Amino acid sequence: MIKSELIQRIAAANPHLYQRDVERIINIILDEIIAAMARGERVELRGFGAFTVKHRAARQGRNPRTGDTVFVEDKFVPFFKTGKELRERLNNSEGEGSSSTDFN
Amino acid sequence: MSGKTLTRADLAEAVFQKVGLPRNESAELVELVLREIVSSLERGESVKLSSFGSFGIRDKGERIGRNPKTGEEVPITPRRVLVFRASNIMKQSINNALSRRKAAE
Repeated sequence: MIKSELIQRIAAANPHLYQRDVERIINIILDEIIAAMARGERVELRGFGAFTVKHRAARQGRNPRTGDTVFVEDKFVPFFKTGKELRERLNNSEGEGSSSTDFN
Repeated sequence: MSGKTLTRADLAEAVFQKVGLPRNESAELVELVLREIVSSLERGESVKLSSFGSFGIRDKGERIGRNPKTGEEVPITPRRVLVFRASNIMKQSINNALSRRKAAE
């Protein structure tokens, strides 16, 4: 599913909204998540997952082509951790057999 | 990193403030968007949201793990895991904002 399909599905379920409003709503939600992380905050959506920011220290890296040592500055990277409910749903959807004692 | 945490309620508030829909409807839309993403993933379909990032499903085969407490070997059953890959736009806006803030400290 890509964003335009998501917009269409939400619009189909909400016939009283214009498609461009649905598009705007989805963009507001996504931008709000990015803006929070850009402030160093975490976004926790129960049942779905949590977006957090991790700090990576500066390091000596290597140019894989030439082998030259290069200095890599420290950086902040976004990270997503899947929520418990979603993780379970991904493994229960297409059939049983998810119990840990079930080997075959 | 600052300790604040955003939740569904904050996302709904942003929709309410910026679009002007009633609060309860804003909250329902936030929920609906998350539900649509979840149901796509449940069907094994990846979700690509341009300028945000993409959610994909990976199938992991069985492997042998260890109980870290007892050292005992236990089979880890095959499972599906979700991986999120942030877009370059997301990576850049986060890194730029926080690096700038760090430099100003």
